[in-house]
Amino acid sequence: MSTVAESIFSPATAERFDKLVTIYPVKRSALVPMLLYAQDDLGYVTDAAVSEIAQRLDLLELDVRNVLSYYSMLRTKPAGKFNVQVCTNISCMIVGGYDVLDHCKKRLGIGHKEVTADGQFSLEEVECIGACCWAPAMQVNYDFHENLTPEKVDAILDDYAAGRGKDVK
Amino acid sequence: MPTLVSHPDEVKILSRRFGQGAAELDRYLELDGYKAAQLAIDNGPEWVINEMKASGLRGRGGAGFPTGMKWSFVPKQSEKPKYVLVNGDESEPGTCKDHVIFLHDPHAIIEGTMIAGLAIGAKMGFIYLRGEYRYLLKIVEKAVADAYAKGILGKNIFGREGIDFDIVTQTGAGAYEVGEESALMESLEGKRGVPRIKPPFPAVVGLYGGPTVINNAETIASAPHILLMGGAEYAKIGSERNGGTRLFGISGMVERPGVYELPMGYNLKKAIYDVAGGVKGGKKLKAVVPGGSSCPVLTADELDVGLDFDQMAKAGTMLGSGGIVVLDETVSMVEFALRTIKFYQHESCGWCIPCREGTDWLKKTLTRFYDGGGNAKDINNIQYLAENMMGRTFCPLGDAAAMPTLGFIKKFRHEFEEYLQGKRTEKHFITTDELVGAAH
Repeated sequence: MSTVAESIFSPATAERFDKLVTIYPVKRSALVPMLLYAQDDLGYVTDAAVSEIAQRLDLLELDVRNVLSYYSMLRTKPAGKFNVQVCTNISCMIVGGYDVLDHCKKRLGIGHKEVTADGQFSLEEVECIGACCWAPAMQVNYDFHENLTPEKVDAILDDYAAGRGKDVK
Repeated sequence: MPTLVSHPDEVKILSRRFGQGAAELDRYLELDGYKAAQLAIDNGPEWVINEMKASGLRGRGGAGFPTGMKWSFVPKQSEKPKYVLVNGDESEPGTCKDHVIFLHDPHAIIEGTMIAGLAIGAKMGFIYLRGEYRYLLKIVEKAVADAYAKGILGKNIFGREGIDFDIVTQTGAGAYEVGEESALMESLEGKRGVPRIKPPFPAVVGLYGGPTVINNAETIASAPHILLMGGAEYAKIGSERNGGTRLFGISGMVERPGVYELPMGYNLKKAIYDVAGGVKGGKKLKAVVPGGSSCPVLTADELDVGLDFDQMAKAGTMLGSGGIVVLDETVSMVEFALRTIKFYQHESCGWCIPCREGTDWLKKTLTRFYDGGGNAKDINNIQYLAENMMGRTFCPLGDAAAMPTLGFIKKFRHEFEEYLQGKRTEKHFITTDELVGAAH
């Protein structure tokens, strides 16, 4: 049963949170996963989300914000519906990671950590995403795309724009 | 979906189930799945630890500590519950081997976690993946749920009275530092992922204050195979003091990049030229980062060395996480050094000063240098900074930034000097407007 009378989260997420607090020896352990799922649900970690998560875990909001500010995948501002994360770390860099990034910038007309005017896409240059042997690589939301070329990037972004892209949450 | 590669020189032990649908429990069981866990229950903890010791398996996360010995350090009696923590927070640039295990053989990691638990007397294990691996978490979550449904996890596993084991899976949220074992525990306890002071070591005071074994995902996935084939047999495959095989991720400018399973001690040059097909497009090889970005670079003349912890140390570098990055003649070492340091600066947790300030100054100096504003003193300053970070930080992140930097300066000093004189590679990769001022 939810410890929160009226959750701001979707029923599925609220149910997931009810379960999360029961599986760890200490309730607080659910904090990092909760912040991620809250972000999946709301698009970013809102003030209301911080407040409800603090309540669910018997923490101060300060405790939640302290953790929230540490992890690079957590955000307190909206991203695009499709968050494009291009890896430019060493293995990707030397086989074209920056070409992929530059292509995304041109194609979407936005820079690092910016969102398109229609809110569809956001773009980030990110550190290694663990796809070094299939470089250059990027993630759109949580879906991996490897062995990229500018042409492949175009096809992938076309797919997402047309609602055909995969979303792994 | 990452493509699987193959080469006749591979010795497929850990990877023998890859590409065979083993993420499905029934298929895993057909391929000898969970037999090793039952052997562990039948023969008891002492047998398991002895087999692990006999195997010569050394931790695959990078440090290379003997796994059997690590497990034996956990006190037999403990007032607090004991735990197993699987480190799947694979974030070292150049490394993507655990990615493939989670994708193709998640049950091997679950089974290994159970075996470690049985060996140390833990009833609970955690599998922690990096945040970016959400799609892999889904695969592992399904595997765990399937194992529970079949009575392989939970209470009285395999129908054996009093043998219980639970597994919790989760991801982080994007922090390289969390790959360090004590920071990983902090993160799992719902805190900022910053390192703890050691001692006490996790084997005595770990997760929630209880004795904890923390192993890399590849190490844990090796355990079932070792018990099935016998520790002594496994040890025969590798080189002296380096038992078995390991997954090597060969990336960068090679014809056939990919994750290959090779015996420990396999020749690095052969791995690049034979296994991975040599340098892409017939270009000249310039340098190799042999074990993930924290390992000092090797020049083209230094590649005739065996891939194991001891031989690599003797060669002045490290086996690390087994992520081999191959650079051809077109890569500027100044640029490569900057991209490497940009990573460590971004990922420093900021808790201790030598790392926080050191990585920042290294990045600022290298950025200015790269942008054409460098001078002759900078090269010495970079070296001085890196030397003063070494061994002076709470956790190995400071060393991980300093060691490759020192390698670049030591082995490619001429390139830094020539860069000052205006000699540049044709193409610049990094767009420095996002680098200046260390804004992110």
